[in-house]
Amino acid sequence: MALHRGRGFAAINYPIGMNLGGDPSQALVHSNPDGKFTVALSSIDLGQGMKSVTRQIAAETLGVPVADVYVDTADSDTGPHCMGSFASRGTHRVGNAVIQAAQEARAVMLQAAAEELEVDPADLVTDGQGNIHVNGAPSRSITTMAACQAAQFKQGRTVSGRGIFLIPLSEVDPETGEMTPVSCFAHAALLVEVEVDDETGEVAVRDMQSAYELGRALNPKLVEQQLVGGAWMGMSHALWETTEPYYPDRSHGPVDFNHYLMPGPGDIAPHHISVLERPAPDGPFGGKGPGEMCANPVLPAVANAVYDAVGVRIDELPITPEKVLRGIRANGGAKPRQRLARGAR
Amino acid sequence: MIEFRKEFFADERDDNLNEVGKPTRRQDILGHVTGRSPYFDDHLFDGLLHIRCVRSPHHHARIRRIDIAEAQSMPGVVRVLVGRDVPRNLNTLLSLLDFGIDDEPLLAETKVAYKGEPVAAIIAETEAQARAAVARVRVDWDVRPHVLDVEEAIKPGAPVVCEVYQTNKFIYHGKYDHQKLRYGDVEAAFARADHIVEGRYQMSPIEQAPIETCGAIAAPEVNDRYVCYTSTQALFFSLGTAAKMLTMPSNRLHFIGGTVGGGFGGKVDSLHEPIAILGAMLTGRPCKFAWDREEEMQVGAPRGAERWYIKDGVARDGRILARKFTGYFDSGAYTRLSSYAIIKGVGHLPGPYTIPNVHADVYCVFTNRTPATAMRGFGITGVDFAIEAHMDKVAEAVGMNPIDLRILNSYRDGDMKAHRRVAKNTALIECCQVVADKAGIALQASSRAASSLRDGGGERGRLPAHTALDQKGTVTGIDTGGYARKGGAPGRPAQPVPMPGYSMPAAATAAPRPPAQTPARPAATAASVASSQSTTPPPPPAQPANTTDRPRQGAMRFSSISGLRRR
Repeated sequence: MALHRGRGFAAINYPIGMNLGGDPSQALVHSNPDGKFTVALSSIDLGQGMKSVTRQIAAETLGVPVADVYVDTADSDTGPHCMGSFASRGTHRVGNAVIQAAQEARAVMLQAAAEELEVDPADLVTDGQGNIHVNGAPSRSITTMAACQAAQFKQGRTVSGRGIFLIPLSEVDPETGEMTPVSCFAHAALLVEVEVDDETGEVAVRDMQSAYELGRALNPKLVEQQLVGGAWMGMSHALWETTEPYYPDRSHGPVDFNHYLMPGPGDIAPHHISVLERPAPDGPFGGKGPGEMCANPVLPAVANAVYDAVGVRIDELPITPEKVLRGIRANGGAKPRQRLARGAR
Repeated sequence: MIEFRKEFFADERDDNLNEVGKPTRRQDILGHVTGRSPYFDDHLFDGLLHIRCVRSPHHHARIRRIDIAEAQSMPGVVRVLVGRDVPRNLNTLLSLLDFGIDDEPLLAETKVAYKGEPVAAIIAETEAQARAAVARVRVDWDVRPHVLDVEEAIKPGAPVVCEVYQTNKFIYHGKYDHQKLRYGDVEAAFARADHIVEGRYQMSPIEQAPIETCGAIAAPEVNDRYVCYTSTQALFFSLGTAAKMLTMPSNRLHFIGGTVGGGFGGKVDSLHEPIAILGAMLTGRPCKFAWDREEEMQVGAPRGAERWYIKDGVARDGRILARKFTGYFDSGAYTRLSSYAIIKGVGHLPGPYTIPNVHADVYCVFTNRTPATAMRGFGITGVDFAIEAHMDKVAEAVGMNPIDLRILNSYRDGDMKAHRRVAKNTALIECCQVVADKAGIALQASSRAASSLRDGGGERGRLPAHTALDQKGTVTGIDTGGYARKGGAPGRPAQPVPMPGYSMPAAATAAPRPPAQTPARPAATAASVASSQSTTPPPPPAQPANTTDRPRQGAMRFSSISGLRRR
């Protein structure tokens, strides 16, 4: 009886946004009298960081510090329509809508500043620190607060903007499946190392090495939390989770977290992540959206690693000890492959 | 551990931005870590009533009679809801996108098609009283045969799960009982391949498992409106669904949500909001309807199971010449979103590889189990498991390192994809190279030298000279809506996608589509037609006369703003 190590690999791409398009999101941006901005959305922050990433996008576009922006979400009386938080669409769709809204508000702010400074608004730039100045002449400046005050109390302008992002609906050919599913893709490759106990059939994930390409990482900390958590979910899907353990039979369905199996803290493997950033031409500042796809490569990589370790192909998820053990027995014992050992060709 | 490999694609980025790219702390973190962020369940009104559902103990049964008399007289019971209390007790989620036929009641009236399907809802002063009254509702069941396996369900003579789809298959484009992908000629390529590699893969049903179970609290607001605090992932989707099922103008509903205790796709089905609001309408008091953990796990829609068959034709050197898929999505008893996920999945095939011949038949199958819905990677995760497990078998068949095999077959900028669009902005090869390097795996020289930016396009960017088409699975007499139907609506040129950046936005990006004619929408049953092989398909069968038009009166239509057809 022995523990067998094995390595498995998988590579994937992932479509960003609702398939075929036709899924608009809108944003409204407005300034308080003193140049503090609110972004109104009906989008949902599920914990993925919708409020935070749209806040950074708004601040970047407006040219103000992030502290000058707050994002308000999910009130149907105040937030304009958004299709919803799913399909990895939040950053891409809502982010683009926020850019458009913030650009409109920024244009008013710069017009107001230009009137105060008696210059052409096209000559003005923002420094991201709360100042607007003439390009090349930093001394000819006005604060964003003063510009917004002047707009609202002297000039009678509303410093506000509207944004919508819509990729028009693509049609599908019933004969060939020809369609325009999405406008950009994220990518990932991942190698998993597992340890399989040939006496119990248990599989432990020992290590994960990955590369995720997700367009520009708009907030590297939010990217990290998505990738770490998503890979955990992929590992959990591969080895633990199901509502119907004997699918298609409906028996033995779990009804609570005692019976619905998931890996605990002791089961989590070290995960060495590399992030590659190839900006999406139509993404907000090139961002794509790491949310969903980070789980996907883990499932097949674990299945391939189990085969590498003991020579048993498990093509039905989850890879339970029962299935592994039955496979080992059917093969007359563990048959290690070691096809991806360090230095192997 | 995380590293950002800025050297890749550096010339495609400007990394000197003020706020974007910074590890800024989350806007809502203080509320979350101090336990003060308000979730839907924190809005506990005075006099809040609690709703619990009476559920089917059977996989499939006719309802002869529902007797609520005893339950109504139980302590604390204020009202018992049954199907006839719901103003419009039939819906399909994607009707808001003009896709699919209304097929699912909020509370079943004539039959149940899965174990756990709700048939009545108790509204009581306390949750315990509601639970006690649930046990006193008497339902006279006529238990019917059921079917749980996707391939059993599509055999002739299988029990009919959902009356709208008599063959237990969703109908695509009003034309076929599956979604097709046809690119090149797989059978011809199989004949000249050195290896044929086949596999069968089964993705299991999975619970989204949010810490916060799905739910909503609704209350009468002043001025004849209703407020609804909800855990939804899609505020206007849930609002639109509630407005439709309650036949209420959307502006009489005030939905508030936005802080959600985990979604992962399980909070889009919009089942709680209509019932909670209906309770508030009929009792005049605030009502809460939320699942307990058992309901979340067993009657809350999971990631649906998927079964995939893959057949590859491979050349001796590892190039994949042809790939054929047959897929079965287990939609459960109703459609929810599975039909949509299949189109997404088909657009994803054959994975991130350039394969000159691809063929797929993917079926959305109804079975007597809890309806499936979205979950992280919806439409993609299951088939990616199949594809990448299969790639490992292909590597073994040709005796290649699995990473070399991926890079050899990887798509690159300029390649034609099977859905007939040119690939751009690709980066699979670089991801493979980085992982191989980190893991100490020696790749072939050609794999090390490969790049997503080079050697794509050209011959690889051309459409196949010949594509084998067929009419297998033709269906007549059913119309599942105009969503994404080629030739359905008068065309218009694709609008340019606005480019983010600092330039002023162009004018509005959305232009309304001209209205289209309203086609027939009979509730007729499907008929299957024998398959045939030809390169030029005969004209589609004639549509039946417009006799039983079923107007759909969604209270709110996204179609008017998303450019879809309006009825």
